Amino acid sequence: MQRNRAMLLGGGLAVLLLAVLAAAAMLGAERLPIFDLNEQQRSILFDIRLPRILLGACVGASLAAAGAGLQSLLRNPLAEPYLLGVSNGAALGTMLAFVFFGAFEWSRPVLAFAGAGVATLAVYRLAKSREGMNVERLVLSGVIITTFLSSVIVMMTTLLDAAKLRSFTFWLLGDLSQATLNGVYIAFAAAAIGTVILTSQARALNLMMVGERDAFDFGVEVGRVRMLVFGAASLVVGASVAASGSVGYVGLIVPHLVRLAVGSDNRLVVPFSAVAGAIFVVAADTIARTAIAPRELPVGAITALIGAPLFIYLLRRK
Amino acid sequence: MLEVRDITIKYGECEVLLDITFNLPDGKTIVLLGANGAGKTTLIRALNGTLPPARGSINIDGRDLNALSRREIAKSITVVAQENETRFPITVMEFVLSGRFVHGSAFGWETEDDLENAKKALADCNLSGFETRLMNHLSGGERQRVVLARAIATNARILLLDEPTANLDLSHQAMMFRLVRERCRTQSCSAIVITHDLNLASEFADEIIMLKNGRIAAKGTPEEVLTAENVRNVFAVDVLLDENPASRKVRVTAVF
Repeated sequence: MQRNRAMLLGGGLAVLLLAVLAAAAMLGAERLPIFDLNEQQRSILFDIRLPRILLGACVGASLAAAGAGLQSLLRNPLAEPYLLGVSNGAALGTMLAFVFFGAFEWSRPVLAFAGAGVATLAVYRLAKSREGMNVERLVLSGVIITTFLSSVIVMMTTLLDAAKLRSFTFWLLGDLSQATLNGVYIAFAAAAIGTVILTSQARALNLMMVGERDAFDFGVEVGRVRMLVFGAASLVVGASVAASGSVGYVGLIVPHLVRLAVGSDNRLVVPFSAVAGAIFVVAADTIARTAIAPRELPVGAITALIGAPLFIYLLRRK
Repeated sequence: MLEVRDITIKYGECEVLLDITFNLPDGKTIVLLGANGAGKTTLIRALNGTLPPARGSINIDGRDLNALSRREIAKSITVVAQENETRFPITVMEFVLSGRFVHGSAFGWETEDDLENAKKALADCNLSGFETRLMNHLSGGERQRVVLARAIATNARILLLDEPTANLDLSHQAMMFRLVRERCRTQSCSAIVITHDLNLASEFADEIIMLKNGRIAAKGTPEEVLTAENVRNVFAVDVLLDENPASRKVRVTAVF
């Protein structure tokens, strides 16, 4: 990958992100003009739409960067926070916080982070056997953890009353409509810190994606890199899920497309995935808001609709 | 200079290497021979710090291997392991440059120096023009040469090669050994090479170490080590010995 071309692509992605953010701000159940907004339109834009769009951008960046990092670390292009059960771990953590520590808003992202971390380690332990870790074993371990956590989550929902249950079901599928400015701050901080940590490990990941033993031979402290990548991925996934539930497949689709454009060098793949992930989720959420307006779809339904066929394609292509 | 003193390596309670002692002086090539399971790969993994010895010591230029960080070890010792495959589309150049990990900052881009070393290593391995090819589109032998190029591009002074010629055609087997010997002689590098080809060992080794059941069975120059008796002891095969008419080295012919 030539550096000039990479710069050009990076610039192009940044411009595209701004364009998509602007378009998303104008489109919706109520179409907004670019200039001369009245009082009511102003309120729609700043109180409802902008927090939601910005949260979508942070969530997309988080999930895509985490996906790119986990894929290289686990040497598996199918690794993805949602499919590995990391998102469900975070979702269970969020639910526990909601049910038992409802009064403290901060407990949600914290327990989501813890849940994501525990789920990540559990999948890793389960997938790793004495012969190493093959693609299918990792995917199966993810399925096991995901379904187990799903059933725990379903049991937890019996503790909720009917009104809360509906918003919870939406949230579980991945929903940005509950966005608050506070949520945006937390998600942005997590996305920024997580992406920087993941990018800082990019050179080590370039070796790790060929083999752990290779990486060790060439001077990578494998255990340290693994903990940093797991930690950063859990941080960003925890923050995203706490704010918007489990938006699936973003971490699969986006890094795959970015690799088609720039190759496999993680110094480009990780940061470009973050920007492209933001574009992707904001665009998907705009579709979710407008497709059957004034009713709404959960954004996770849209991303899964695109992601599942791609997963099948990647699985079949050996 | 790599000094190995009385090392013993255990997997759990099982001793897979016992009381191994030898020196690898600068400029020399040692070939490691032995039947499957004799402990050759284990020895290589011990020498680069992957498997810490239960007893004994390994010193690089007088410094204990245990006291060195991963980065420091990788700067002096590089390994060409048995092949690896990746599911990601990596170009040959990216692969070779990834070996320069210890020379850069974690964030940084490659310097001119990195690029120059990578290009030179590719040229040395007969791979000029392969820079933008994808690793998973190469043949097994080509991939093996790229793996060697990555090791050479590190500029580490000690090369450990685990069956580097397994997938190579005849001309590239010779190329590989010639390249390793050249580096040792002209740049005061040193190398340990595992191979199963007794004749290649005879041609290119300054010293041969034969391993049997985790112990050193024989050690010395090719003439000293490649005797009918030693080969029968280690490989349980009868051989005829004569002289290669071209190189005047010992030639080994198995009798089946």
